[in-house]
Amino acid sequence: MFHQWKNTYRLAALLLTLCANTAYAQLNIFACEPEWAALTRTLAGDAANVYSATTAQQDPHHIQARPSLIAKVRRADLLVCTGAELEVGWLPLLLRKSGNAKIQAGQAGYFMATDHVSLLEKPAVLDRSLGDIHAAGNPHIHLDPYRVQQVAEALAITLTTIDPANQKNYRENLQNFNLEWRNAISQWQKQSDKLRGKRIVVSHNNWVYLEHWLGLERLAVLEPRPGIPPNSKYLAKVLAQLEQNPADMILHASYQNDRPALWLSQKTGLPVVGLDFSPSNKNSLIQWFDGVLNQLLRAES
Amino acid sequence: MHKVLSMAVITAALFNSSLAFASSETDDIQQQLEAIKKEYGQAIKALEDRLLKAEKGTQLANDKTQKLAVQLEQSNSARTPSSAKNSFNPAISLVLDGRFASFDNDPEDYELPGFSLGNEAGLREKGLSIGHSELTMSANIDDKFFGKMTLAFDEHDGETETELEEAFIQTLGLGNGFTLKAGRFFSEIGYLNQQHGHAWDFADAPLIYRGLFGDQLVDDGVQMTWLAPTDTFLQLGAELLGGSRFPAGGTTSGVGAWTAFADIGGDIGIEHSWQLGLSHWRSDNIKDRKSGGHSHGGGQAETPSFSGDSKISALDLVYKWAPNGNPNHRNFKFQFEYFDRQEDGSVAMLNSGPPLEMTSYDGDQKGWYAQATYKFKPQWQMGFRYDWLDSNNRGSDTDVLAEAGLDNEGLNPQRYSATLEWLPSEFSRLRLQYNRDESYEETDHQLLLQYTMSLGSHGAHQF
Repeated sequence: MFHQWKNTYRLAALLLTLCANTAYAQLNIFACEPEWAALTRTLAGDAANVYSATTAQQDPHHIQARPSLIAKVRRADLLVCTGAELEVGWLPLLLRKSGNAKIQAGQAGYFMATDHVSLLEKPAVLDRSLGDIHAAGNPHIHLDPYRVQQVAEALAITLTTIDPANQKNYRENLQNFNLEWRNAISQWQKQSDKLRGKRIVVSHNNWVYLEHWLGLERLAVLEPRPGIPPNSKYLAKVLAQLEQNPADMILHASYQNDRPALWLSQKTGLPVVGLDFSPSNKNSLIQWFDGVLNQLLRAES
Repeated sequence: MHKVLSMAVITAALFNSSLAFASSETDDIQQQLEAIKKEYGQAIKALEDRLLKAEKGTQLANDKTQKLAVQLEQSNSARTPSSAKNSFNPAISLVLDGRFASFDNDPEDYELPGFSLGNEAGLREKGLSIGHSELTMSANIDDKFFGKMTLAFDEHDGETETELEEAFIQTLGLGNGFTLKAGRFFSEIGYLNQQHGHAWDFADAPLIYRGLFGDQLVDDGVQMTWLAPTDTFLQLGAELLGGSRFPAGGTTSGVGAWTAFADIGGDIGIEHSWQLGLSHWRSDNIKDRKSGGHSHGGGQAETPSFSGDSKISALDLVYKWAPNGNPNHRNFKFQFEYFDRQEDGSVAMLNSGPPLEMTSYDGDQKGWYAQATYKFKPQWQMGFRYDWLDSNNRGSDTDVLAEAGLDNEGLNPQRYSATLEWLPSEFSRLRLQYNRDESYEETDHQLLLQYTMSLGSHGAHQF
């Protein structure tokens, strides 16, 4: 009997040490999208173990609350997501199922990027007949480098709050990031001068911050309403509109269905630019922005 | 530039004149020329210096404006607190459901031999009818609790019935992976049971759910779950339930039923995900659980009533695939569940006799279903399902068993179903479903056309 108890006790102790070990390791950070994973990696460096819930090939509006994601949120010390209802179809469920107090809404470990910048296209009327619109405004802010910089500043503060021991590390990383980012911005600004005023057609209205930054003019969206795929009648209407008022290129995100864009390209001869909507697993934000601009410039020339 | 030009003209003129004058004054002139050359050279050098300086100045000025522009852009996009978040009001969502049903057989004749149907089990009305409408309100109560209530509206025999389907509170991050739930909720037994009917992939419940739970197991109680701190999803949980609702039935006081469950799941690469669950439900000392039985028409219906112990064991498996892990355009889902129920006690036929017809009862019922759905285009999905049941119930009086519908009549109820769905947006669905229903001797061909629309806030759907 005594031996049995002793064994149980040993097992419990072993389990506890295992748990404790994981608790003392690096910060576990759960990023909803790859852009925030990349930014967090830059700011936290070795102090954190960053996991991205999605890839650039996945539509962040439509992710399933998979068991693997619940398990990741369970162990997270910090959540870095877009917010503004982008993840409304899956994140609340992950939070409720996680049993994790640190990352619940309102806690220090709950970081929503859109809480720290202003949003464009806040709808005046909320009606689903207008499609799947976001009440807080367009959430795809990561395509504007100025807003990314604001998010970086806020994120560095959050990192310091939840992990004060590494404060110096986070401050230095932020300073380095700011320096590199400013240089990159002025370089991108110069590079992208010839894109200013270019007229584009987009698959889904998720490029608004890029349009705003680069001075692109959006002529048409290949969805009759946000989130509603086009039918042939609608595409014919867009085609007629473009014959009157021609565009320079068609943009669509890597995770979107490219059929409507390819169809329109065939009819009009416009180049289709399939852009990675988010950085890939290994890329930094700067590398990703470079890639996006290069793709746009190539299509333009 | 002008100066350079004028110098060239002057030099040329001097040269010409010097040629004209020739010899004697050549040295003089040469000296003068040297002097002029020197003078102009210096002037040009000075000019070049000034130009360089000016260029540097503009560069600096440009940099400064650039920096100002960055700051201006940032202040323009500075944070404005979002007022659109209605976080203090509960999220309200309404599900509207309506259908047209066509059956070859009379739905009133429906039976499931070997299973005593209780609760809402059975086929719905023929023709046009509204289905199961739901009104849900939910919100975070504070930083510690979440609350949700669902009212269901159903039409039964010409009367609208309102049912409190769910009303529970749940802790938000109790810590260490624990979550506590209390109130009325869908039990975590099986896989489909926790989902609302509108989230199912078919218009009706699997036969085994119809036979064991009367479509779905809802009860009042508390639930505790614990999530392991591992990369693989591992969840353990238990429920203590009031046990006053079917299939516990009876009016026991206190804890009338309990469940225990374990789920494990994960991803294989980016495109595949899976979940495997084991669950067990148990209710001892059930008193007077009434069910529909096997009516023979005429007179007051005799209602079977079960008293005794009941236990259900379940295994569920779900596998999902989506190209690139992006289920929006195309995805595939396979789902399998197996249930086994063992019961021990007695069955009495109420309103019979006197003397009251009674039999001892040793129930052995099992069944499974397997289904697959494939979303082949962004707005289109099809699905197939197969149901199979088996029972081997014994009792001291086989006549009473037969009357209670617990005799399997020597057959295994089964059903084949196929659906085609059109999903105009994520909030609306039109479904066409065909069933070849072999629940009892006479095969029934059933055709259902159903709409399901959700209004209001997005509800996040479970895996």
